[in-house]
Amino acid sequence: MIPPEIAITVRVNERDYVERVAPRLLLSDFLRHQLGLTGTHVGCEHGVCGACTVLLDGAAVRSCLLLAVQADGARITTVEGLARDGEPLHPVQEAFREMHGLQCGFCTPGVLLSAVELLRDTPHPDDATIRRGLAGNLCRCTGYQNIVRAVRRAAELLDRR
Amino acid sequence: MKPAAFEYVAVRTTEEALAELARDGQDARLLAGGQSLMPILNMRLATPRRLIDINRVGELAYIRAHDGGVAIGAMTRQRAVEKSALVARCVPLLADAMPWVGHFQIRNRGTIGGSLAHADPAAELPAVAACLDARVTVRGPAGTRTLTADQLYWTYLTTTLAPTEILTEVWFPAAPSRTGHAWLEFARRHGDYALVGVAAAVMLEEDSVAEARLALTGVGARPVRARDAERRLVGRRPDDAALADAAERVKQVTEPQSDIHATAEYRRHLAGVLTLRALRLAVARARQAPPVTT
Repeated sequence: MIPPEIAITVRVNERDYVERVAPRLLLSDFLRHQLGLTGTHVGCEHGVCGACTVLLDGAAVRSCLLLAVQADGARITTVEGLARDGEPLHPVQEAFREMHGLQCGFCTPGVLLSAVELLRDTPHPDDATIRRGLAGNLCRCTGYQNIVRAVRRAAELLDRR
Repeated sequence: MKPAAFEYVAVRTTEEALAELARDGQDARLLAGGQSLMPILNMRLATPRRLIDINRVGELAYIRAHDGGVAIGAMTRQRAVEKSALVARCVPLLADAMPWVGHFQIRNRGTIGGSLAHADPAAELPAVAACLDARVTVRGPAGTRTLTADQLYWTYLTTTLAPTEILTEVWFPAAPSRTGHAWLEFARRHGDYALVGVAAAVMLEEDSVAEARLALTGVGARPVRARDAERRLVGRRPDDAALADAAERVKQVTEPQSDIHATAEYRRHLAGVLTLRALRLAVARARQAPPVTT
């Protein structure tokens, strides 16, 4: 027997959605397939790679380790919510562009959202803090050097705002 | 890797969760932070018929001073424990170990009760509980009972909880004065489960050891208290010879298993090295430790 779908209300990137979801639908798949927000990338689907990281009520979490139904009533920010189309980039995005903090870009949305919380908690991180804060996001292209530089640069840009 | 179909219910109180468990028993799983259960479901290593989501049980999320220690509700997020000033002041070993639990994104969601009940012998929190003689509160159809770590842990990923019971709270005693603590572990990558982890607590009296506690992860089917090594330290001056003697004893009594990550021999070596370092750090901290009040 297929368990019945459940109605949920979520606020994603400041927009309200009322949707019906199967209990087993992962939040990552809900965002991508049901809402069409494909900026959230799916890597390992067991919480290791960090590609699917989103902000849930302001906290960085793995969206592959949450059920969509658990997000009922929550506020979610995906990479699409950092800067709307036509608006200037978020300072963290701007810093990654400037410092070449990405290559293929697959891990980037998760890295950006982890960096947002890291810099909110620690506005002036040293390199060790940045590396520890990004340890939960795997990148196979960059070797991380430019990602660390980009987060350092993002701290400067956020300071100026 | 998507979970198999299941029924889902979100409960709001412990009573409701107990009623759901009483009805479904073996076929249901409690969903706490989900940072261990969700990967297991995604990989279909488990296919429960029903999930009982306890994330909205607000009465199980708290950190408060209680009975000469700190009581923490099972659904308290690990990140909240990590940031708690009360925990940092009164249970420094827990504060020391917390940043080693997964990554901060995992700790944002993972709960203290979930980690204790998951009973991974490589995990930090069960070893911290074993080291400090924490008390775990369990509620079930027959009422409430209180367990030590030794009574809670059975073997790999297995506790002595009945399928109808819920771990609701853990209580840690406040650190006594003149006591130093240290958590050290070695993992191949930060955030991975450690090959070996060591929790150490040393209480000094006139610069000799009044009490010592040692607990290890990754060297057995459950968190291991090295009681024989602890006893050898009591009454001795905590110089390097005494600490090395205790570390050697830890190596002799641990019987780790080999797996793809490390041989038994290498784990035993790590257990000795980390025990020595953790004891040194705990002794140094004990010499500086201010009196503690909750």
